[in-house]
Amino acid sequence: MEIKDVENLAELARIKLSEEEKKELLSDMDSILGYIKQIEEVKVEDVDTEYKTYNVWRADGGDGREFDKDLITSQFPDSKDGFLKVKKIL
Amino acid sequence: MIDLEKLTIKEARKKLDAKEFSAVELAQAYLDEIEKKNKELNAYLEVFDDVLDQAKEADELIKKGESYPLLGIPLVIKDVILIKGRRVSAASKMLENYVASYDATVIKKLKGQGAIFLGRANTDEFAMGGSTENSAYGPSKNPHDIARVPGGSSGGPVVAVSANMALGALGSDTGGSIRLPSAFCGTVGLKPTYGRVSRYGLIAMGSSLDCIGPIAKNTEDAEIIYQAIHGYDALDSTSIKDDTYKVTEEKKVIGVPWSLVNSPGVDEKIKENFKDTVKKLEGLGYKIEDISLKNLDTALATYYIIMPAEASTNLARFDGVRYGLHKDGENLLEDYMLSKGSGFGKEVRRRILLGTYVLSHGYYDAYYGKAQMVRSLLKKEFTKAFSQVDLILTPTSPIPPWKIGEKTDPVAVWLADIFTVTANMVGLPAISLPSGYMEVGGNKLPIGIQFMATHGAEDLLLEVGKSFEQA
Repeated sequence: MEIKDVENLAELARIKLSEEEKKELLSDMDSILGYIKQIEEVKVEDVDTEYKTYNVWRADGGDGREFDKDLITSQFPDSKDGFLKVKKIL
Repeated sequence: MIDLEKLTIKEARKKLDAKEFSAVELAQAYLDEIEKKNKELNAYLEVFDDVLDQAKEADELIKKGESYPLLGIPLVIKDVILIKGRRVSAASKMLENYVASYDATVIKKLKGQGAIFLGRANTDEFAMGGSTENSAYGPSKNPHDIARVPGGSSGGPVVAVSANMALGALGSDTGGSIRLPSAFCGTVGLKPTYGRVSRYGLIAMGSSLDCIGPIAKNTEDAEIIYQAIHGYDALDSTSIKDDTYKVTEEKKVIGVPWSLVNSPGVDEKIKENFKDTVKKLEGLGYKIEDISLKNLDTALATYYIIMPAEASTNLARFDGVRYGLHKDGENLLEDYMLSKGSGFGKEVRRRILLGTYVLSHGYYDAYYGKAQMVRSLLKKEFTKAFSQVDLILTPTSPIPPWKIGEKTDPVAVWLADIFTVTANMVGLPAISLPSGYMEVGGNKLPIGIQFMATHGAEDLLLEVGKSFEQA
């Protein structure tokens, strides 16, 4: 792994890093990847992943939860007329 | 004066009902201990300001003749579980001022019994770590040697219970976070079967691994809390029903993966204690069998692929838009980058980046895909093992608690999870029990053992725990 790989991952993960933090993470990642690489050696010929995905439904109608609107809106970093305010996207 | 050192939940219940002391007096006794010790041990991030009011309400109910196992019992909650109207930060700067807008299901159940919440306890940031050194608010200290870590990530709740600053606790366990600190501080910690306890209202890390469970002074107390919080919950889509797993009759056969227990990475004193433990169990009528679990030692590497993959996905939600830390930039993308950059600490960033890497194009099959296959393999191995034995016994940790700041390589800390992660990978219930002490640098440090049982067999764990404690 190189610095540019760390930069790419940080961009994908939307995390701003300083140059020093990038260097530190590069050395951490080298050590971590060196460790988890051992999984390559495991032989798994006759195993299929048995993760069956299925939906967990509930009937239409409320689920009995009640929320306090003020408690939620008071945590908006920015708001206008009780609505969450965000910067323009386009 | 209430003797907190010897007090258990069961004893406190009797005394509260017999009016030997009131819930207010009991709560006050704990508040006094916290006042005395928390500055040094840093177990609590916040002590709630309405503890005595909660206790007064409990006293009212007791006066009316009502009695529930946890009525008036002072508990501490790990800072990753939501209590409506109270702050919950996951020990992160990202959620420093976040206030929960609803009660977690486990909290609702505890409130239903009239339990007292003393406060929220320290953890590694977003429960990522094995020592509490990753908390944005400083590490908790091991009460048996304050130069050492208490283990983690549920270090705060465990220290609180261990140092008589709470009578019991709720923690969370993704790869050992209830059991490891329990072993390091001498408490009992139970990680239930995956899906047994609702995670609705738990701040998520690895959703296929996360569990909530009790921490207590002994198995009986852990059972009382477990009984209060478990059960199907429609609000957690991974929740299981009482009859999801059929529990087979106990045969008292314990399997020990000796090849792993005897490996060089396990501390000699821990091995010694483990052998004594095995003898003790034989004396109790248990039959010990050597079992081979071929892929047990690769479980850890597999875990450190699956967990970061899930964590990076779960933590994507913290973007500074709806709640939590917000740093303002030139545009929306910069808002995200700056908020995450300053909100997340080192270990959290490491895991997010690692998770992003193993899920990214070109690496997905080699890491995440392969890890899922190894996970299936592990499940098969354990199914086979549990057709031969009823319980599997290992040490909880291969090493004793280390000195705060001593381990700088992240992988070195992860290695402490070697015995605990498999229960999460396979979804099994597991319990850590105190098994004695070892002397390190003039201090007596607790040692723990871990039992795993097949899916749904918490009863077997609680039973062996109770009989082991009496031996």
